[in-house]
Amino acid sequence: MKRITPKGKLVATLAMGVSTLLLTSGCGQLLVFHPAGPVGQSELQLIWLQIALTAVVIIPVLILLAIIVIRYRDRPGSKAVYRPDWSENRTLEIIWWVIPIIIVGILGTVTAKKTFALTQPPKNPSNPTVVQPLTIEVTSMDWKWLFQYPNQQIATVNYCVIPTNRPVQFMLTSNGPMNAFWVPQLGGMEYTMPGMIMRLWLQADKPGIYYGHGGNFTGQGFAQMQFNVQAESEQQFNAWVASIANNSPQLTQGEYDKMAQPSILGQMSFSSFPPNAFENVVMSEGGKYMKHDQVMMNSISSK
Amino acid sequence: MPESVRNFATHFFVTGDPMIYGADAAITLVSLGIVFTLTYFKKWKWLWSEWLTSVDHKKIAIMYLISAILMLFRGGADALLMRTQLAVPNNSFLTAEHYDQIFTTHGTIMIIFMAMPFIFAMFNAVVPLQIGARDVAFPYLNAVSFWLFFFGAMLFNLSFVIGGSPDAGWTSYPPLAGLQFDPGPGENYYLVAVSISGIGSIATGINFMATILKMRAPGMTLMKMPLFTWSVLASCVVILFAFPALTVALALLLIDRIAGAHFFTMLAGGNPMQFINLFWIWGHPEVYIVILPAFGIYSEVVATFSSKKIFGYKSMVASLMAIAVIGYLTWAHHFFTMGASAGVNVFFSISTMCVAIPTGVKVFNWLLTMFRGRIRMTMPLLWTLAFIPNFAIGGATGVWLAGAPADYQFHNSYFLIAHFHQTLIGGVVYGMLAGMYYWWPKMFGFKLKDRFGHWAFWFFNIGFYVCFTPQYILGLMGMQRRMYTYGANMGWTSLNFVSTVGAFLMGIGFLFIAAQIVHSLFNMERDVTGDIWNGRTLEWSLPSPAPHYNFAVIPTVSERDAWWEMKKAGNTSDLLPNAKEIRPIHMPKSSGVPFLMGVAFFVLGFGVVFNWWVIAIVGFVGVVACLIGRSLEEHPDYYVPVDEVVHTEAALGRL
Amino acid sequence: MSIAHSGLQHHVDEPLQTGVPLEFSTEDGATKILGFWLFMVTDVLLFACLFATYVVLYKHIGAGASAAKLFGDDVSGFTAETFILLTSSFTCGLATYEMRHGSHSRLKLWIVITMLLGLSFIGLEVYEFSTFVSHGDTMSTSAFLSAFFTLVGTHGAHVSLGIIWMGLILYQISRRGVNPVTARKLFIVSLYWHFLDVVWVFIFTVVYLTGVM
Repeated sequence: MKRITPKGKLVATLAMGVSTLLLTSGCGQLLVFHPAGPVGQSELQLIWLQIALTAVVIIPVLILLAIIVIRYRDRPGSKAVYRPDWSENRTLEIIWWVIPIIIVGILGTVTAKKTFALTQPPKNPSNPTVVQPLTIEVTSMDWKWLFQYPNQQIATVNYCVIPTNRPVQFMLTSNGPMNAFWVPQLGGMEYTMPGMIMRLWLQADKPGIYYGHGGNFTGQGFAQMQFNVQAESEQQFNAWVASIANNSPQLTQGEYDKMAQPSILGQMSFSSFPPNAFENVVMSEGGKYMKHDQVMMNSISSK
Repeated sequence: MPESVRNFATHFFVTGDPMIYGADAAITLVSLGIVFTLTYFKKWKWLWSEWLTSVDHKKIAIMYLISAILMLFRGGADALLMRTQLAVPNNSFLTAEHYDQIFTTHGTIMIIFMAMPFIFAMFNAVVPLQIGARDVAFPYLNAVSFWLFFFGAMLFNLSFVIGGSPDAGWTSYPPLAGLQFDPGPGENYYLVAVSISGIGSIATGINFMATILKMRAPGMTLMKMPLFTWSVLASCVVILFAFPALTVALALLLIDRIAGAHFFTMLAGGNPMQFINLFWIWGHPEVYIVILPAFGIYSEVVATFSSKKIFGYKSMVASLMAIAVIGYLTWAHHFFTMGASAGVNVFFSISTMCVAIPTGVKVFNWLLTMFRGRIRMTMPLLWTLAFIPNFAIGGATGVWLAGAPADYQFHNSYFLIAHFHQTLIGGVVYGMLAGMYYWWPKMFGFKLKDRFGHWAFWFFNIGFYVCFTPQYILGLMGMQRRMYTYGANMGWTSLNFVSTVGAFLMGIGFLFIAAQIVHSLFNMERDVTGDIWNGRTLEWSLPSPAPHYNFAVIPTVSERDAWWEMKKAGNTSDLLPNAKEIRPIHMPKSSGVPFLMGVAFFVLGFGVVFNWWVIAIVGFVGVVACLIGRSLEEHPDYYVPVDEVVHTEAALGRL
Repeated sequence: MSIAHSGLQHHVDEPLQTGVPLEFSTEDGATKILGFWLFMVTDVLLFACLFATYVVLYKHIGAGASAAKLFGDDVSGFTAETFILLTSSFTCGLATYEMRHGSHSRLKLWIVITMLLGLSFIGLEVYEFSTFVSHGDTMSTSAFLSAFFTLVGTHGAHVSLGIIWMGLILYQISRRGVNPVTARKLFIVSLYWHFLDVVWVFIFTVVYLTGVM
């Protein structure tokens, strides 16, 4: 192969063009890197640690690759050492068995700590007084999100409002195919599954409207399964609850059943929902076989 | 009754879309073209006796390779359709329905009908030659495997024009893939076609494991085996342990769909989670099934083109086996977000990260193999060098995904899509292409010319980064996989557009590979030496292509890199047959039964897809008849007479 | 038939190995037996997945019968099935013994007896299934019944296949006598038969005994 060829130039030009495009494309926000709450923050910390520790291996590999390929390329008159039978070096091999083991050890420890911590309500060092968490029951349907507030007795579709600086436990289930509940800026996702209740702790530290989307494909309307999580101060939240309770229509069983059929809806608010709608869906779809669901349900009603 | 006929036809054939009609026309034209060409050149008999009935591993390898490349084309076309749809926001190039079908077929075809036959092409082309055997342990079963794969693939592709394609994703999670949400025949096509070719894959796993364990040349102990053969052994172990889970997962979902059972339904006690467990017990090891042989290929290529022994052979073997074993214990990392307890998530997080340890060791050993070597920049090595950065990045993002809390943010986003394409394309496809370039002369007797090869390489490789780097970023921006469109207000437009450009660059790269093959066919440069790359292992001691019995006299091996050592010691003539040593060679007879069994499975599968039980029973009876026929066959093999061997070897100038 | 079946291996003209059973005497035979063991590994895993599914679902009875109810009325049925299948495994072992040491007519007799026992096992199973179905306990009643019929039915299908297979080999032994090829075939089908027996022991324990207890 020839050394510097027109091909090489073409490659360089293309690569530069692409990187310029990428840097200047003025695109959307890297939501995962701009968390608005302690859960997202904690997950981001792990991601940064992973980036740093994997870079320890990758960067040397890339540099070594470049050096070795240039140095030991077969060309006439090459003065590089050639040892066709050199194939063992215990020290070197031990080094690269041990380094990844150490990295995995560190990452594994941090992962374990965080995984366990995330099953608990987020702790807020700036606000150590124990705050009563808010419970929201989330049901994914074809193709919309229903949010029920069991303590406020109101319901919304495709958006929900939460108070800031207060842990929110989202109780997730599905009335239809599995989906996943994801609000990138607040924290990572959890599936909604028929016949199961899953808990996801999230918390917003600052007011804002946070983008959320279904995380698991559920058919033709999946691309439209977008929702917003709106974080407001405690007072605004209470005012909002009151206004929904007073001004919005009721969600009757008949309308609930209609809603469970495949359709794409906009944002809606309701001043009530059929009693035990959430529990009934879970129970009729296999929840009665799961001890876990009973535990979860008790934790809702005890609140 | 024209009304009922029309009614039937509109449900039976996929109608109403100009692209489908175009495809119908193209399929008809190509089929007619093939029939015409075969008839015109009177090649039907040749096709039947030389190919369709062949049990020769070298011919089966070629048939696998052709199928894999055709399926790469189909899967790639699917990819370009998807990228076209996503190039701009709110696009209406494809409807949601079509988009869903296309990403489902793209994934299924690439994994089951492209990657699998591609690795099997390499298994078949190389393993018997590398270990000094005359064929695989069970040549007839090998042909059965191929035809099951082939007719499974045909059945799957038929869904495009008859009945409709599956549209629940290649992972086919119930309840979405259950009858309640997905009533059409498309999903049945997926279940039946993948099951049929899955049976073939299990048989291949058994076959090559027995071949490697029992049929090595005298003197070739396990620790003297070439690394590619080791990687095939590791891959076969995983096939044996993983594929039965897929068979069960698909069979149970099929039973749900056709017999009204309740394994994975939402009502009557069904548990969809069980499918997801079974699926990934196969699904995750599956990626190691396809990547391990690629690792083997890289090891061969790096050593050959550095003209140097592989560095750390024992570590390489240990890491292959470690990956095979650990890879079996990582399946739940596909559903960290499905409510497993923290303890379970931690276990699978750490087990998944552990895979990175042996993988990292392999990368360093490849680098050190080139260190103090003499690196020849050939096509196989170029793809290998391109693999290393790709896999370093893909492996690192894999470690990120393995940490459960981080995965909560990455799961099912475009970040994940970019990650697994980087490992599966950058790892498996690059490896298979490296293997294809490397062993092409051995398979076909001529070399692939570099002329278009470099263009293919650069277009494909640059296109890869242009396509998938933006997808990592899109994932962090919150873009989910399997969305057929997105709003202009999301800020995802420019990155999606760039990604689409990259996909088309890769498409052009593929066309250059095709051009390269055609160009090399018409300007054939015959390999007369049999050892065109100055190779190290036994396959290079044979002429290209090898005679149908491979070795006239079975070689005796005393060292690793047997052929290289013999060349070094100057005693390669020891491997040439001596007319007095030649004995009649015992070989399997060709048989049409494997092909017919494939046809019977196809008929059976087609009947099951549409619940047309008469057709299904006809197919089933056909399968049973083939099995009985085989069992009763008294002389399935014969002896190649000494004269013929002597004549062949003399014609090859080896006597 | 002498040495015609030494397979694709290297030492074609090597004489029969002495001191090993006939079915292992050629490399081809030994390789095929290894291949069959590998197949059984996959079959074990297939059953393992079905067992796992059954265990996950066996309390998921929906509106249908429970395991206790279903099998409580059928103790004599499944006990008889168990007894018959275990006996058939013994007779199958006797066939292998006769193949190696004894007379070929007794060998054939034991194969026939094994097949008859297998057939009566299948007959009982079909009767059991049809009784359940006639009481309205079908595959589509509940997840438990889906898993039950599939697991036990898969075993039954294996046994049925085994009977047909054994018949084919009986035919070959009658026509061609006992040689390295037919000996290997008989040995493999008997491995398969014993394997199904072991699977049944697990079905008996996990499905029936656990069900009635």
